[in-house]
Amino acid sequence: MATEAAHGEGSSLVFHPMDQFMVTPLFGDGPVHWYTITNVTLWMAITVLGVLALLVLTTSKRATVPTRGQSMAELSYGFIYKMIEDVTGKDGLKYFPYVMTLFMFIVFSNMLGLLPLSFTTTSHIAVTAVLALLVFGFVTVLGFVKHGTHFLGLFWVTAAPLPLRPVLAVIELISYFVRPVSHSIRLAGNMMAGHAVIKVFAGFAAIAAVSPVSVIAITAMYGLEVMVAFIQAYVFTILTCVYLKDALHPAH
Amino acid sequence: MATETHTAEGQGLADAIGVSGDHAGASAAGMPQLDLSHFPNQIFWLLVTLVVIYLVLSRIALPRIGAVLAERAGTITNDIAAAEDLKQKAVEAEDAYNKALADARAEANRIVAETKASIQADLDEAIAKADAEIAAKAAESEKAIADIRAGAVESVQIVAKDTAAAIVSALGFEPKAEQIDGAVDSRVKG
Repeated sequence: MATEAAHGEGSSLVFHPMDQFMVTPLFGDGPVHWYTITNVTLWMAITVLGVLALLVLTTSKRATVPTRGQSMAELSYGFIYKMIEDVTGKDGLKYFPYVMTLFMFIVFSNMLGLLPLSFTTTSHIAVTAVLALLVFGFVTVLGFVKHGTHFLGLFWVTAAPLPLRPVLAVIELISYFVRPVSHSIRLAGNMMAGHAVIKVFAGFAAIAAVSPVSVIAITAMYGLEVMVAFIQAYVFTILTCVYLKDALHPAH
Repeated sequence: MATETHTAEGQGLADAIGVSGDHAGASAAGMPQLDLSHFPNQIFWLLVTLVVIYLVLSRIALPRIGAVLAERAGTITNDIAAAEDLKQKAVEAEDAYNKALADARAEANRIVAETKASIQADLDEAIAKADAEIAAKAAESEKAIADIRAGAVESVQIVAKDTAAAIVSALGFEPKAEQIDGAVDSRVKG
């Protein structure tokens, strides 16, 4: 019945901008259990393969004079390495593999999501929330382990006049707990919005009169989305570094 | 209808998909992102993915890339040091070459001067020897000339005496030897 309805509408304007985000089992039609192999599994596996291809396959020769692929691997390495060093200082480099894992996962998911007919794992709040909560939990635990109760100095702004400090403490506390929310929604929202907008433009392409405009708009949006895909991965990673810095050096 | 099933419980979506087999059923469901029934699945696979990526990066990729970068930095440093070394050696070699050249030139000058001196000495010696010989020859010749001159004077006296005696006798006088000798001697000396 639903199928017929969709086909019936097919001749006129039909938008299904959110269908691309649906989680579906890869084999059969059964319910989605936590272990079910779904399109999420497929695209995450492709992400892993992409990371492997970029960082492991290209560097297998360990050439002193790098090939193109190895150059890219080294650039990615240097990019994140320098980011951590710049933001957190030398003592943050211990956590380089964690940050690199996050960055590589997000950037590959974002980019792979731009392939036609693909599934964007980072457009799901479930995924980005877990990523953000991992960072939040890790950073909070690290702060208390490293500095004990001194970590709470993060909320007690000694630079401010004494009467203002309790007020600032409340604000700081709220902003601290909002971090994972903004951290995750920023990424998922950006990914979802761009993909949905492209889909909406694609819907317009069915009308002959506006299809050239629609195609041009899709192209432009796609270019923008490539940029957003990278920038959001970058933003997520650099915010992770900033939070890490707060945990390592809680003093303002 | 599909919508209600779908939002009511997670299982509903699968059914909807199963029924429709394409987009129609779920498109009405709003954001698939908010379907809590799919969260465990996504979270599980996300954690698996992250663990796999983390293990691969921390065990293989990052140490390898780090080693390659360190090795390259080392190679570059070594090469620059080697280049500096070679440059220094080249400068030294040039210095040595210039020094050798200067030495050779000085040696050549010394040899030239020495040779010139020895030739000059030989020459002086030869000239002195020649002078001495010439002087000896000249003295000998002078002596011979003196002898010859003395001989000639004597001969002249003898001839003069003989001639004088002959003349005297030709004139019919008895030549007296003492008188003739005295007259000739005085004439010759005079």
